[in-house]
Amino acid sequence: MDNRVNSLVRVNDFVVKFANVNGSGSASANGLFARAVLRMGVPVAARNIFPSNIQGLPTWYEVRIVEAGWRGRRGGVDLMVAMNPQTWDKDVAEIEAGGYLFYDSTKPLPPSKFRDDVIALGVPLTAICNETYSDVRQRQLFKNIVYLGSLSALLDLDPQEIERLFAEQYRGKEALLESNRKALQLGRDYALANFECPIGLSIARRDAVGERIFIDGNSAAALGAVYGGATVAAWYPITPSSSLAESFASWCRKLRAEPGTGKQRYAIVQAEDELSSIGMVIGAAWNGARAFTATSGPGVSLMQEFLGLAYFAEIPAVLFDVQRGSPSTGMPTRTQQADLISCAYASHGDTKHVLLLPEDPAECFEFGALAFDLADRLQTPVFVMLDLDIGMQDWLTEPLAWDDSRRLDRGKVMTAQDLDAGRDFGRYLDVDGDGIPYRTYPGTHAVKGSYFTRGTTKDRYARYTEEGPAYVDNMQRLQRKFETARSLVPKPVMTRAAQPTNAGVIWFGSTGAAMAESLAELERQDVHLDRLRIRAFPFDDAIPDFVAAHDHVFVVEQNRDAQLKMLLVNECGIDPAKLTSVLHYDGTPITERFITREIGEKARFYNVTPLTGRRPGVRNGKAA
Amino acid sequence: MTYLAKPKLHHPGLPKNALGYTRRDYEGAISTLCAGCGHDSISAAIIQAFFELDIAPHRVAKLSGIGCSSKTPTYFLGNSHGFNSVHGRMPSVLTGAALANRDLIYLGVSGDGDSASIGLGQFAHVLRRGVNMVYIVENNGVYGLTKGQFSATADKGSKSKRGAVNNDEPIDLVLLALALGATFVARGFSGDKAQLVPLIRAAVAHRGAAFIDVVSPCVAFNNHPGSTKSYDYVREHNEAVNRLDFMPDRAPITTDYAEGSVRDVMLHDGGTVRLRKLHAEYDPSDKVGAMAYLESRRAQGEVVTGLLYVDTESDDMHASLRTVDAPLNSLGDAELVPGNAALVAVNASLR
Repeated sequence: MDNRVNSLVRVNDFVVKFANVNGSGSASANGLFARAVLRMGVPVAARNIFPSNIQGLPTWYEVRIVEAGWRGRRGGVDLMVAMNPQTWDKDVAEIEAGGYLFYDSTKPLPPSKFRDDVIALGVPLTAICNETYSDVRQRQLFKNIVYLGSLSALLDLDPQEIERLFAEQYRGKEALLESNRKALQLGRDYALANFECPIGLSIARRDAVGERIFIDGNSAAALGAVYGGATVAAWYPITPSSSLAESFASWCRKLRAEPGTGKQRYAIVQAEDELSSIGMVIGAAWNGARAFTATSGPGVSLMQEFLGLAYFAEIPAVLFDVQRGSPSTGMPTRTQQADLISCAYASHGDTKHVLLLPEDPAECFEFGALAFDLADRLQTPVFVMLDLDIGMQDWLTEPLAWDDSRRLDRGKVMTAQDLDAGRDFGRYLDVDGDGIPYRTYPGTHAVKGSYFTRGTTKDRYARYTEEGPAYVDNMQRLQRKFETARSLVPKPVMTRAAQPTNAGVIWFGSTGAAMAESLAELERQDVHLDRLRIRAFPFDDAIPDFVAAHDHVFVVEQNRDAQLKMLLVNECGIDPAKLTSVLHYDGTPITERFITREIGEKARFYNVTPLTGRRPGVRNGKAA
Repeated sequence: MTYLAKPKLHHPGLPKNALGYTRRDYEGAISTLCAGCGHDSISAAIIQAFFELDIAPHRVAKLSGIGCSSKTPTYFLGNSHGFNSVHGRMPSVLTGAALANRDLIYLGVSGDGDSASIGLGQFAHVLRRGVNMVYIVENNGVYGLTKGQFSATADKGSKSKRGAVNNDEPIDLVLLALALGATFVARGFSGDKAQLVPLIRAAVAHRGAAFIDVVSPCVAFNNHPGSTKSYDYVREHNEAVNRLDFMPDRAPITTDYAEGSVRDVMLHDGGTVRLRKLHAEYDPSDKVGAMAYLESRRAQGEVVTGLLYVDTESDDMHASLRTVDAPLNSLGDAELVPGNAALVAVNASLR
């Protein structure tokens, strides 16, 4: 450690990246590392970067230790835990100058494999494990725990926090608990004996996590579905959405078993394909259950015909679309926000759908529950648009909360009592002027209220017709219903810049993680932007108002074709020249550095500067 | 024309069932299919079966896909909710409906194009899952609504109305259903109501996936010499059909088989179906035997009808999923929403 003078010195603000081989059991140890940091009161932003593979290919886990609480990727690596010989060269090259390289030193490596400006920390992990364990599988698995022990010493990570996590994880499995403790101690002892601990990077106990929880969006959305009263889930496995359906099953086992009998207050079917899963959802919702499917872009493509039926026949259906790299099979294990158009206008003919755009797992929970109320209220498909970055990564997010006085809103459902009281039932009759008709569940009444559901044209009383005026009447009502949807979906969130400005920025979803940090950085660079985070489609009127109130508006999104911008231009009649796209679509989550650079450069070009005292005529974001 | 309601004239002398309903209460709108269409005979058999079973019409949900057969649910059980869904996808919609409310009776109506071509996948999986339903395929070997193309059940070598020969092997839905785990498998003929009505009744009484393939001649496109789905072929008659360029205005033809041996089969609801049609040695509880028998007869160009297989011990999808006894669509906030206290515990486990 002769070049210590040049080494990075940072407390609670650095990036550790674990380079592993898929299937080597590293995920568990890496997750323990992140959670132990959280237990010390220091926020982390952690991401798995993984291939479409089960065993053998490279996989990475990046943990950004960030006391400031930013949730996006920073970019760059300060400590590389290089456990994969396949990717060694690339991994070593990625380390910031003055950074650290942790590796298994059992087998000597030539000096050419190292960098002069990076401090190498070799621990003979394989040798330690081979001496300690006779079982081959154990030798591999405990290697991960041994490096965790070494890191705890090198980074001043409290080993007691790791041991407490062991105790929680292996409750009732004392043998496993003890062997994990032992492995941890072996790694820790070696590091303490051979290095000056801690190195320049260290973790110091804080109280910066607070009540926040660490959860992935798929689990949170699935829990939202439980709270939203979903009883039927039909799905077909597809990355990155599979864990949403599986998580729903596991929440239901805990929260939805009938007391006494243990029977299920839910039904989950793994369908034969996505056509079938959306068909089951539609059948169940038609019959009065709350139903959903979870899928990704290719699945949404397969559901197109059914989505048109659901729109036209007015069936509530909830779809969680966990977006991934597209088109075609694209990048199944990478993130994108590229299904906006294919979902907003899914199916043939004149169709439009409600989209909810959560920004983090807490909102996945909130919108996951809300989607069922909206679908029932509006009697139409509702999409909850996650992406891989929100869906499959654990995020530090606000604790989940539920208002116990809240009731499920089943929408306009006519009962046998209503029918007996003589209420006129027309399945497609707009009684209230909001475009939303009443429906009955099958089996409601012996002689009243039955109707025939069909994808063909029908009149207000659900009778088959091919008459043009009846068709137009129905399509116009559906348009009115979509206007009603506009007033029911979550409002955009507007925040003014610290200083008056003629420029704004619009984004949605997971982009928010990097956006928050980038806006702070841009502010330091004297680039001030009013902010608008879109949370749903159809768009609230505040959105075009926001654009109208600014000279330049950046639209930041994670796809190639500027799909949000397209929707804004198309739906709000906005002059495209007012909108400047910032597009990130290489499959990795957008970073603070990327947004700051892109907006910074363009802002200078547009001469985006504070307005104070210079341009009194320009209105500022009147959007509420 | 399907929006034309059938006049509801109840003759005071019409016989009533145990619920006080007459046969007319089980009817639907006036059919818009061609006169003499086998499908209308099947609708009549469905009406008769539900009337005889004393099932209130609104306790039935009728679902279909797309095609002539899938139009028929409009023509029966007018007080039932119906769902004319997407081509080939009725099984998934029915499965979802059955998940939502286990207390209704589910009647799926489909055709050979709907089930054997575009919907073969869903046909297979709905049977595998043991959805509690009656699944009827009105099988005419031809696409009627699009005017006479072959379907996947058309026999190899059979001729279309225009003279084209079908070169592809036929899909035998009955054999498939047996292989896929349907627990009630039957084949009927639209022209034989005396056989079909009891088959439908037995299928309704069965718990699990009940499948009935009903050979149903298409008078417009597949009722000519060279067709193996014509009235004549199926009845082994040589009677000539009407000219092909106009629609015969006549009542559907019915057939009465001579009675064979008698066998009683007990069903889930305690009822008994008495079988008369098949060979005396035929055992409908022997799946392997059924498959061998069907194949051997098929090789000789024979269409075997009757109850071909039944598993009287079968169970359904809800049993395998262990869902609660109450229909899922009847559960409210108290049963479904765990409340904030549960969330507090969830939050604590995620720190």
